[in-house]
Amino acid sequence: MTHLPYCLAAWLFAVGMYGIVTSRNMVHLIICLTVVQSSTYALLLAIGFRANAVAPIFADIKPGTPAVDPVVQALMLTDIVVEVTVTALLLGLAVLAHQQTGKLDPRELGVLRG
Amino acid sequence: MSAGTRIAMFVLSCAAFTALYIAALCGLSPIGQVHGWAAQYGDAINRMSVPALHITDAVTAVNFEFRGFDTLGEEFIMAVSVLGAALLLRKHPDQGSGPPQDKAAGRKISRPGDAVRVLTVGLVGPVTLFGIYIVVHGQLTPGGGFQGGVILASAPLLIYLAGEFGSLQQVAPRWLVEVGEAVGAGGYAVIGAVSLAVGLPFLANYLPPGRVGDLFSGGIVALIDVTVGLEVAGGLLLLLLVFLEEALTRRP
Repeated sequence: MTHLPYCLAAWLFAVGMYGIVTSRNMVHLIICLTVVQSSTYALLLAIGFRANAVAPIFADIKPGTPAVDPVVQALMLTDIVVEVTVTALLLGLAVLAHQQTGKLDPRELGVLRG
Repeated sequence: MSAGTRIAMFVLSCAAFTALYIAALCGLSPIGQVHGWAAQYGDAINRMSVPALHITDAVTAVNFEFRGFDTLGEEFIMAVSVLGAALLLRKHPDQGSGPPQDKAAGRKISRPGDAVRVLTVGLVGPVTLFGIYIVVHGQLTPGGGFQGGVILASAPLLIYLAGEFGSLQQVAPRWLVEVGEAVGAGGYAVIGAVSLAVGLPFLANYLPPGRVGDLFSGGIVALIDVTVGLEVAGGLLLLLLVFLEEALTRRP
């Protein structure tokens, strides 16, 4: 129970990677990449957690109360928004690939042309 | 390489990764019990955030004050991804365009139901206000430019859900969204450049910290919140416009 969040991160990573490796649709592959990124968020938050500590917002509590690590939370929240735009870029690539070749199967897309 | 070979390679490397990960886990302290040198940076920021900067939200303090330069880089990653998606889905010279129409053969775009229209039009005002509140209160409570920008980008999306693509283009025309996003992205760099002009290092705080709990506290963090919110909202709206244009208005 004490190491459960780390195991969760590893499980999400493994499931996402399995989905990427055995995928037969580009859109499904891109969503599996999102799952892999979620595993890194789970790991970061698990590292930053402190037992019996509050959220690092001192608007209504005294500064100096034990709070969780704000650095990993800051890393994570910019990362989520950037992940959305990178996923959009990858989906644009998938749309173009479908326009050029008519196929969405990553195993059949093969060699780049043109 | 065939699919079987690929899966076999994946299983092997996954087994090796699992072994190394479990070996690393055994050396980690249990969850929540990090002490000593590994916890010093976070604890120092929690201690310093209110006395030194008068910012009550330590996460925003990390994002825009202590690690402001890294956030500038991440914001530009986002701007470049939006640029790349817009570039990929641009109109080719041998493609025409026409009024919005579903690409599936013989399917016309159905009008949204009355319940959808009432709900979405009714929510546009509260969602915009809530987005502005989250953006502007970044240094006081959980929020900031990134979160508030995403909320602001969903307000024109509600208008699209209530109507059709033409209404989205009227409310958020492409030139306006592009200008807003550019002003937001460049504004962050300009705020940092003003630090250089004043004689401080890049992105150093040059405005007064203000009173704790005031809306305009934390110096330049309040300004950076607004520019980042503008950039994130503009970027996500531009993605929406570009994808919808490609899906609905392109003709071969």
